[in-house]
Amino acid sequence: MITKRIIPCLDVKDGRVVKGVNYKGLADVSSPVDLAKKYSDGGADELVFYDITASAEGRKLFTDILTEAASTVFIPLCVGGGISTAADFERVLKCGADKVSVNSGAIANPDLIPEAAELYGSQCVVLSVDVSLVDGTYRVLSRGGRDNTGMEALSWIERCVKAGAGEVVVNSMDTDGVKKGFDIPLLQEVVSRVNVPVIASGGAGSIQDFVDLFQKVPEIDAGLAASIFHFGEVDIRDLKKELAAAGVNVRL
Amino acid sequence: MSVIAIIDYGVGNIFSLMCSFSRIGQEVQLTGDPDVIAAADRVVLPGVGAFGDAADKLRETGLDQVVLEQARSGKPLVGICLGMQLLFERSLEFGEHQGLGLIPGTVAPLSSVIPAGLKIPQIGWNALKFPKDRPKDPIFRYVKEGDHVYFVHSFCGTECDRDVIAVTEYGADVTAAVARGNVYGLQFHPEKSGEIGLNILRAFCEM
Repeated sequence: MITKRIIPCLDVKDGRVVKGVNYKGLADVSSPVDLAKKYSDGGADELVFYDITASAEGRKLFTDILTEAASTVFIPLCVGGGISTAADFERVLKCGADKVSVNSGAIANPDLIPEAAELYGSQCVVLSVDVSLVDGTYRVLSRGGRDNTGMEALSWIERCVKAGAGEVVVNSMDTDGVKKGFDIPLLQEVVSRVNVPVIASGGAGSIQDFVDLFQKVPEIDAGLAASIFHFGEVDIRDLKKELAAAGVNVRL
Repeated sequence: MSVIAIIDYGVGNIFSLMCSFSRIGQEVQLTGDPDVIAAADRVVLPGVGAFGDAADKLRETGLDQVVLEQARSGKPLVGICLGMQLLFERSLEFGEHQGLGLIPGTVAPLSSVIPAGLKIPQIGWNALKFPKDRPKDPIFRYVKEGDHVYFVHSFCGTECDRDVIAVTEYGADVTAAVARGNVYGLQFHPEKSGEIGLNILRAFCEM
């Protein structure tokens, strides 16, 4: 049977990997290509490269790094950040990305997901959504969690999947950076509504958080995290051994 | 040194495939030139996307005949993902389309093979299982039963039991690899399956 995936996420700015608590106060961690190699050798099932550069030269640096990573590691690579047109898809797919995740770009341009799905196939189009519980309703945030779009998150996810998104990354802004576990209630809501792979993001602080995730939400396909892997707090091999011991089907 | 030709018919993303052959020290050329393909020692037919479009492109470029000639010549040839499906006689993806007919059988929706409720496409790492009634194929000489490879697909080979050399369990046994003489097809992505995938490509390069 298909295995549950463990996915480290590398936020890349000016050619380096960064990760801040709640996306503020960025701290340099390491070289993206070195880290990608380390994770691939260590048993990561997939990698996410997230481009948080704003400038044009930063963007060029990012695609150079992506090219180097794709010729160094041979596992699936998903790329996100600054994807707002089909041309952006083309740009990163040419450099070795297998999947492309869209977030604010899909909010600003409702045609982006259907257009990209038509051109590159749904398996290539990943919806990434930042969600926060506001007055009892899950809302979609944009601009890295700074703005509340007012959109209801669960129906937004359903709409995007209908439009052609082949996978969904659900990032809870309420648990992100807190390291007290994934947002189980939110994830349960999401998996009950869509029948494409769902990737949980935001909140992992320990091995036990991943065990809880896959046991409490068995329909979840993957767990994504950044800082706990970057800072060596959780080793992917150890994590997968513990998951296997807890009865979760993983690739060892 | 031997050379591998990856057939360029304007379909799909072959960057990683090129890189993976380079990684195992194999000289590789992306080409749509029939002479270059004929001169190569081995041939790879890649592909992602929809069957109908890809089959049309292969025919429009005349490369369908080149692939058939190469297969007849006895040269090792491997189709990967959609490239594997193109080797079949026909596909039922959005209507009925003719394939190359190198592997008898039909490409059918996963939904017709597996129980309802499972997610389609199958996306992720799944284990290889080898049929018990035949010896393990040499393309798997460096891998073992239970090793995981990376799948992304909504359709799969059916009615091809005679030529199946590996399956994967996704609610039911799903065709993961086929072989008929020198012609191979891999449903999964060896270029995205880590060391296991590179070892499968290595074995192909030694054929």
